[in-house]
Amino acid sequence: MLNHCRALDLTDDKGFLCGKILGDLGVDVIKIEPPGGDLSRRTGLFWHDIPDPNKNLYWFAYNSSKKGITLNIESAEGRDIFKNLVKTADFVVESYPPGYMDKLGLGYVNLSEINKGIIMASITPFGTEEPYRGYKDSDIVVMGMTGTLYQTGESDGPPVHISMPQACLHAGADAAVGSMMAYYYREKTSVGQHVDVSMQQSAAWFQANAVPTWELNHKILKRSGAFRAGMSKQVGQRQVWPCKDGYVFFNVIGGRTGAKSLSSLVAWMDREGMATDFLLNLDWDNFDMFTVTREEMDNISNPVGAFFKKHTGKELLEGAVARGVSIGPLSSMEDLLNDECLNARNFWKKIEHPELGESITYPREFVKSTEADCSTRFRAPLIGEHNDEIYKGIGLSQQDIQKLKQDGII
Amino acid sequence: MYITERDGVFKGLTILAFCWAVVGPLTMKFFADHGATVIRVETSKRPCTMRVSAPYKDNIPNYNKGGYFNYYNSNILSLGLNMQLPESREIAKRLAIECDVFMENYTPGVIEKWGLSYEELKEIRPDIIMLRQSGYGSWGPYSNLPAFGMVLVPIAGLPNYIGWPGKEPLPVGVSAYTDCISPRFATAALIAALDYRKRTGKGQLLDLSQFENAIYFIAPGVLDYTVNGREPERIGNSSPDAAPHGVYPCRGDDRWCTIAITGDDEWASLCHEMGRPEYVEDPRFTTLADRKKNEEDLNRLVSDWTLDLTPEEVMERLQKAGVAAGVVKNTADMMEDPQLRKRNIYWPMEHSEMGTFTHLGQSFQLSKTPSKPYSPSPLLGEHTEYVCTKILGMSDEEFIDLMQKGVFE
Repeated sequence: MLNHCRALDLTDDKGFLCGKILGDLGVDVIKIEPPGGDLSRRTGLFWHDIPDPNKNLYWFAYNSSKKGITLNIESAEGRDIFKNLVKTADFVVESYPPGYMDKLGLGYVNLSEINKGIIMASITPFGTEEPYRGYKDSDIVVMGMTGTLYQTGESDGPPVHISMPQACLHAGADAAVGSMMAYYYREKTSVGQHVDVSMQQSAAWFQANAVPTWELNHKILKRSGAFRAGMSKQVGQRQVWPCKDGYVFFNVIGGRTGAKSLSSLVAWMDREGMATDFLLNLDWDNFDMFTVTREEMDNISNPVGAFFKKHTGKELLEGAVARGVSIGPLSSMEDLLNDECLNARNFWKKIEHPELGESITYPREFVKSTEADCSTRFRAPLIGEHNDEIYKGIGLSQQDIQKLKQDGII
Repeated sequence: MYITERDGVFKGLTILAFCWAVVGPLTMKFFADHGATVIRVETSKRPCTMRVSAPYKDNIPNYNKGGYFNYYNSNILSLGLNMQLPESREIAKRLAIECDVFMENYTPGVIEKWGLSYEELKEIRPDIIMLRQSGYGSWGPYSNLPAFGMVLVPIAGLPNYIGWPGKEPLPVGVSAYTDCISPRFATAALIAALDYRKRTGKGQLLDLSQFENAIYFIAPGVLDYTVNGREPERIGNSSPDAAPHGVYPCRGDDRWCTIAITGDDEWASLCHEMGRPEYVEDPRFTTLADRKKNEEDLNRLVSDWTLDLTPEEVMERLQKAGVAAGVVKNTADMMEDPQLRKRNIYWPMEHSEMGTFTHLGQSFQLSKTPSKPYSPSPLLGEHTEYVCTKILGMSDEEFIDLMQKGVFE
């Protein structure tokens, strides 16, 4: 859809997802790394555990559908080249520390003088305001400042972190949303603008009902492990249940919202002789999670728990789909790759990595459009892979490029 | 009733939204907070699950007093329609023609039942843009499976990354973490579709699956499996690339801080701050590899230090020394967070049933067209008359006639 647009992506692992979303929507995204490659290529997961910056799986996952060049924007010559690229671009995305781009003379104000319509998104750990402006970040540190970490974990233990970094994804996705909004506005007014994204704010945006619960009841929602807090006046509700070969997530929800799903589950249990009289006689339409008692909850949880233990996750998912019961077995990666729904919707796509001699399976697309194919188009760039193509595109000769390479600019 | 004049990026854009739960409103808020007129269709026969979820104002269950709903629906207008009646479906069709976008995130089949499928709407509005955002996609084997964020989180595999080795997997946060993932993807795609229509004259159907979108948040783990055949393991608060790395207990009731050390220089800074410079030379902790090997000892001695301090003290002292550290903030801390306050993530607004009530604001800032709190979350059907008479241009007679037929709620 956006094949007429170009983005310059200067982000490190704090903001990859922004350019990835734009790239899958058709934008010509050019990743710009310092000579030698982005530092984030050096940590994390690797292809066959070989710690080679061109074999980083984190890089692969979020930099596909992008081209890649190297450029030292700290050198005067590098800055000039960057400014020439900005003339050809619609979007710039960066995740340098607050003030870094301004100091180089490449802040939004400078770039908008070169290209009035340029849209620039900046991703920082905590925003550009004091007191946290210069604070150092790490995913666990940022997530700690969003409320989510405090709310995750067992009730009698410390908060537990999601070991796959998340704050960068919320921020990267927000940078894409903000850039698209700014683009929409630019198409009406021909004026670009700056998109200011803080990882903390992006990851803190969604807190379920924690904020109103604090405001209305002066109650701080705490982590509750396998139990879910906050739905009932007095009773914790189990949500992680052991099944025959793993775990299944299931919430007892009454009233009109949950009645259909709960009645179907009870009917299913009844067919296998596992529904109790209490369950069969319960009026789910009028069952209120808000006022439920401990005894009622136990009368539900015990037979339901026994039923789950008798079945594998796969059986429970198949039964849930057939009967419209809202239960979620915990998928392993193998389960996801074999998932019936994902495969029916053609969610997986093999992408060729010629230099590795193999194709790798990726998530295909985040949206299905009847007008445009939004599939991941090609694998992430090797270090400096598209230097010749891109630099020639802005009028540099082979000799110029050779010279820049010798001088360590690219 | 008074409707504030809207400005910003989406001034003049109208969206007809059959929203549900949190995913729908969060997506629509991106537009409404930036000036779009978002008309949310609701019914009292089956109010949004958020309207009937705790907490409630004064603990009285009432669908206009729900804190969960009212936190997420500012700037959105509510049109109360009894969709069981053919007249209501006609109004929905008239609005679909009038509006720029038709959005829905119900379980697939509901809008079809009302005669509002993409194919049918395309007949009456050839360049319609429809955004569908259900749990598992608008078609496919799971399309009938009711979706809740609490269930989508495990089906998408996220809890494999949360918990302690050998113990049970854990949910993320309070609940429904995936609810904030799909809205970002949907918004980026929808703006692209609006731009595409402007340039080509063509509308389209956008079909998103919350399940598929959530997998993007663990994509490197997917590749670790497809490339290396490795399933994720729960590793508590440790990291293969940092030590110390974790959550440490502090002074006070349920107070915790985070510390993350990747480099040896930062480790030396931490040792000096802890008043234990001798650890810098301690062979158990010299390199990252040493610290990983002796992580249990390492975490114990860091905890011994943090226990006597407040998390704020740990954060301020370590950050001053160039070490990544923070407070593990609870909701009360969040609402006092100096950074978030300056960045306007929370919008206190006057709500006729709630009083002064904090509504959710936006998650980022645009320099020239800021998001704004135009109106508090709507009462059910609060804007019915406005939408019918001002947007659809119904005469008073027609409006009253339909009202008497029970079309409006």
